[in-house]
Amino acid sequence: MKYLGLVWRNAWRKKARTSLTMLSVMVAFLLFALLNAIAFAFRSGQDVADAERLVVIHKISLINPLPISYEARIAATPGVAEVTHASWFGGYYQEPRNQFAQFPVDARAYFEMYPELDIEPGQLESWADNRIGAVVGPEQFGWTIGDRIPILSTIWPQTDGERTWEFELAGIFSTSDQRGSTAYMLFNYDYFEEARAFGKGTVGWYILRVAPGANPVEVAQAIDEQFANSPNETETSTEAAFAASFAKQFGNIALIVQLILGAVFFTLLLVAGNTMSQSVRERIPELAVLKTVGFSDGSVLGIVLSESILIIALGGLLGLGLGWLAVQGAASSMGAMLPGIYLSGPAILTAIAIIIGAGILAGIFPALKAMRLSIVDALARG
Amino acid sequence: MTEILAKLEHVSRVYQKGREKVDVLHELDLEIEKGDFLALMGPSGSGKTTLLNLLGGLDRPTGGTVTVGGQELSAMSNSQLSGWRSTHVGFIFQFYNLLPVLTAQKNVELPLLLTNMSGKERSRRAGIALEIVGLADRANHKPRELSGGQEQRVAIARAIVSDPELLLCDEPTGDLDRQTADEILKLLQTLNREHGKTIIMVTHDAQAAEYAQRTLHMDKGKLEARAAA
Repeated sequence: MKYLGLVWRNAWRKKARTSLTMLSVMVAFLLFALLNAIAFAFRSGQDVADAERLVVIHKISLINPLPISYEARIAATPGVAEVTHASWFGGYYQEPRNQFAQFPVDARAYFEMYPELDIEPGQLESWADNRIGAVVGPEQFGWTIGDRIPILSTIWPQTDGERTWEFELAGIFSTSDQRGSTAYMLFNYDYFEEARAFGKGTVGWYILRVAPGANPVEVAQAIDEQFANSPNETETSTEAAFAASFAKQFGNIALIVQLILGAVFFTLLLVAGNTMSQSVRERIPELAVLKTVGFSDGSVLGIVLSESILIIALGGLLGLGLGWLAVQGAASSMGAMLPGIYLSGPAILTAIAIIIGAGILAGIFPALKAMRLSIVDALARG
Repeated sequence: MTEILAKLEHVSRVYQKGREKVDVLHELDLEIEKGDFLALMGPSGSGKTTLLNLLGGLDRPTGGTVTVGGQELSAMSNSQLSGWRSTHVGFIFQFYNLLPVLTAQKNVELPLLLTNMSGKERSRRAGIALEIVGLADRANHKPRELSGGQEQRVAIARAIVSDPELLLCDEPTGDLDRQTADEILKLLQTLNREHGKTIIMVTHDAQAAEYAQRTLHMDKGKLEARAAA
């Protein structure tokens, strides 16, 4: 710590150069924060997945529906404690940019399946008893209970050809798990089933809870075997695997993010490494003076490395801070389109590890050069 | 009986320049008493600075032994030498070699960073050193805001702040005008006479050498003693 003043002043000896380097580091970490938050949003379903919940989808793809008649057969499968279903509605509110998820479900069964979702019991009952009733997460367009909400479905017209469905907001649910999204709407399957123009008698997917003591793998096999060789074969997987396959519809987001960040940080290393090399090269005699007055080789190495880490830490923390603000902004303005966007604790820890690692990598070669400096030669150069 | 502070026995220093071997110091013997003020003169390339570097533990002899304050420098590891330099020897260079990013006060404090002293104590001692060299009022100035003579005074303060017994000066007035050079030399003389510092000064300037108690002449890596003027 007693060298901090020396490190700080050396880091700022060329203010413009240090500022520009810091700026590039800041941009890299801003990108890191934003891309990580987006990637987090895409895999948030996997993170909050319950290990005892299984999801049954059509073997061909998630888009293909399953008969509603499967519900009773799945429920009767040994090891299944409870089962419910959901379907993709694909609608938006007023204009296409207001897209968010809506699912027709069985009101009571759905909330029993997802105990992590909180709703006042009175609101749940009021919704279940209201044919066009719906419930949403707290952040949806400032709606309040009792509001009439028109949602236009891009998939499901009603029997009269009308694509706009009207709902009445009966309740607002929440979740205490910050990683879990509540940016969606749930409404009664009976209303959906009755009014839709096609696809009657089907659901998108089933969700089931495995009974205590039952083996989820065996339960999944038993369900899939039951429907093998039928027109609607099933594929049962854990909720996490389902969420992962859902996210993969958009491409391998994690890989894309990693590739972009890899390129960004490689460039960052070159920029910061160049800054440190120049900085050491132009003060060889000064480093020799430090050694002359008694600074050991290790101290000189530590001072140069600390400078490198300091520059990257200042830029990196600034970038992370701005990224955090941007993610908060995106969560409040785009939460419906990209639910679960969140700069997670592990992402921040990763960023801090990258700051230290990049600081060391960028500074190590100039620092070694400074450490190995021959005092006599270096003073002769001054 | 006078006490010997530094002793060189059969010291040689050979540099390898490409394929050629350059014999800078050859079987050199020298004893320096505590409290001595010794001027080293001689033509360029005679080995004066090399001798100074060996006495300061900045370089190692290729033959012979260098002993300062009873410690054989040639037997010390690099890290032991660093520690030794920080407490036993102060260096003063022709071009001052101050760190431009630090104020005079912080430049002087530099050797004290290697001790366990508190920041307050470091600051107090640096203040005293600056007072001794007459620059207490310039403590917060950076080197570029000081004249050459003032910079050299700061360098002297840095050299004495850890109270070493030995000061090694490599042409300390080589970059200064006559009047400023005399002021610096008087200051060195004061440090020698009143503070008991042993000083070895390399110089080309015969007038500067007059401030020393004795002068040694070097030529082709060998010493020749003459009485002080």
